[in-house]
Amino acid sequence: MNLQNIITEIEKVDPEVYNRFDNRRKVMKQFANLSGKLALAAVPIAVASMFNKAYGTPPTPAVNAVLNFALTLEYLEAEFYNNIVGSPGYLTASAAAQGALTKIRDDENKHVIFLKTVLGSAAVPKPTFDFTAGNGSGTGPFAGYLASYPVQLAMAQTFEDTGVRAYKGQATALQSDRTVLTAALNIHSVEARHASHIRQMRRALDAAVPAAQKPLKPWITLNYSGIDFPPAQANINLSYAGEEITTQAGVNIVGLGGSFNTAAAASEGFDEPLTMAEVLAIVDPFIV
Amino acid sequence: MKKTIPPALEGTATMSEFGVQRRNMLKFFGASAALLTVGSACKSDTPSNGGINLGSGDVGILNYAYALEQLEAAFYIKVVASPYSGISALETEYLTDIRNHEVGHREFFRAAITAAAPGSIIPDLEVNFSSIDFTSRASVLGAAKAFEDLGVTAYNGAGQLISTTGNGPTYLTLAGKIVSVEARHAALIADLLSNGSFAATTDVNGLDMARTPAQVLAIAGTYITTTLDASNLPS
Repeated sequence: MNLQNIITEIEKVDPEVYNRFDNRRKVMKQFANLSGKLALAAVPIAVASMFNKAYGTPPTPAVNAVLNFALTLEYLEAEFYNNIVGSPGYLTASAAAQGALTKIRDDENKHVIFLKTVLGSAAVPKPTFDFTAGNGSGTGPFAGYLASYPVQLAMAQTFEDTGVRAYKGQATALQSDRTVLTAALNIHSVEARHASHIRQMRRALDAAVPAAQKPLKPWITLNYSGIDFPPAQANINLSYAGEEITTQAGVNIVGLGGSFNTAAAASEGFDEPLTMAEVLAIVDPFIV
Repeated sequence: MKKTIPPALEGTATMSEFGVQRRNMLKFFGASAALLTVGSACKSDTPSNGGINLGSGDVGILNYAYALEQLEAAFYIKVVASPYSGISALETEYLTDIRNHEVGHREFFRAAITAAAPGSIIPDLEVNFSSIDFTSRASVLGAAKAFEDLGVTAYNGAGQLISTTGNGPTYLTLAGKIVSVEARHAALIADLLSNGSFAATTDVNGLDMARTPAQVLAIAGTYITTTLDASNLPS
């Protein structure tokens, strides 16, 4: 069960992680109960709630724990793009599309190197990934991804949009270290640039975008994924849940400044954070 | 002590513009509003340039962001109102969206600052777009790219200047919510100019840049007639 691996990785940088869950035995029992009793699709939500109980209140994870969380996501993205560049699906794409995916691959690999450098000996090792989202079975819902350019783009979009939300959610946990905070923000905006371009690529492809969610834009409209992929839809939707809000810090954006801001525009103008727990639940099927 | 904003400029934004939301905003920002107002009213004797003072502390940073959003909103309002020749339907859609987002950002800051420190909000700025040829696609998109990239570096650089206490963390998250949208804009505009250049600005580590307020305002000053005084911002 890969969840145990995630806990083990967190434990390396946050030795008290089990205390946050009461104790180790209880954690394992909770995991056992989860996998035994819940439908697979519900597991991420249940896990998120479990992590939220542990981390939802102060103390926040240490800066290194946040950096290792970021590194884990960058490992995921880097290996994903390393896999797809040159794959049969990728080779069906235009030269411009191949160039863009190569550029993004290079950025993600640089992020891995950068974070490993910052963390030094505290860096977690790269996990083993299963990009079929099969938890190591190799037969998950994305099993055909290497052969399908549209599936690759759907996965890329979800990873990038999730990455943006993940970094955003950790900003306040990095405030104690101004240098690290600024570096994280400087990565955060690059992930958003990637997301913007991948979304343009998917619009150009006009593939697998649900009719009701068209047009797909470089920014996120309401909580639309713009992805129609039933085998993994529930997990994909988790990456967009909460993006639809239109009230920021008590200010309702809809209608402000004349008639410019509809609910769609108001939701697009602000990206929303995800907690570490929510992100770990989303990427869980990809980590063995 | 001297006031951060000349008395004649206070009250430029009226609360009536925000109607029923006022109560919610006050509820949210109320606790620290008094402290922030006191903080921004007490000036250090840092040399100033005699312009509109952005103020100090978190309110200063909010005013700084508000100034940049005013600039962006004014630009895109003009772009949409007088489209460049040869504009495509797709470009019209995107630029209209961006206008709406920037107006939303501007109005959000206007409301948030008014709620947190009504005496410290900067007035509506005068902008100067005389260097931009609004009939020219290259000129408009070139300026748009400059504004968006500048906005990204501004927010990236401002994050570390936001306080760790009170509403500081909330403001940092809000800045994060906006900067990634600016980065989405920046990438799109860059792609419109040259497809595939969405992240051409990244450095050797694959990172975007951050700029200090002084660096940002030196660049933005070309387009803002009103002189802004950033001398009391956190550093």
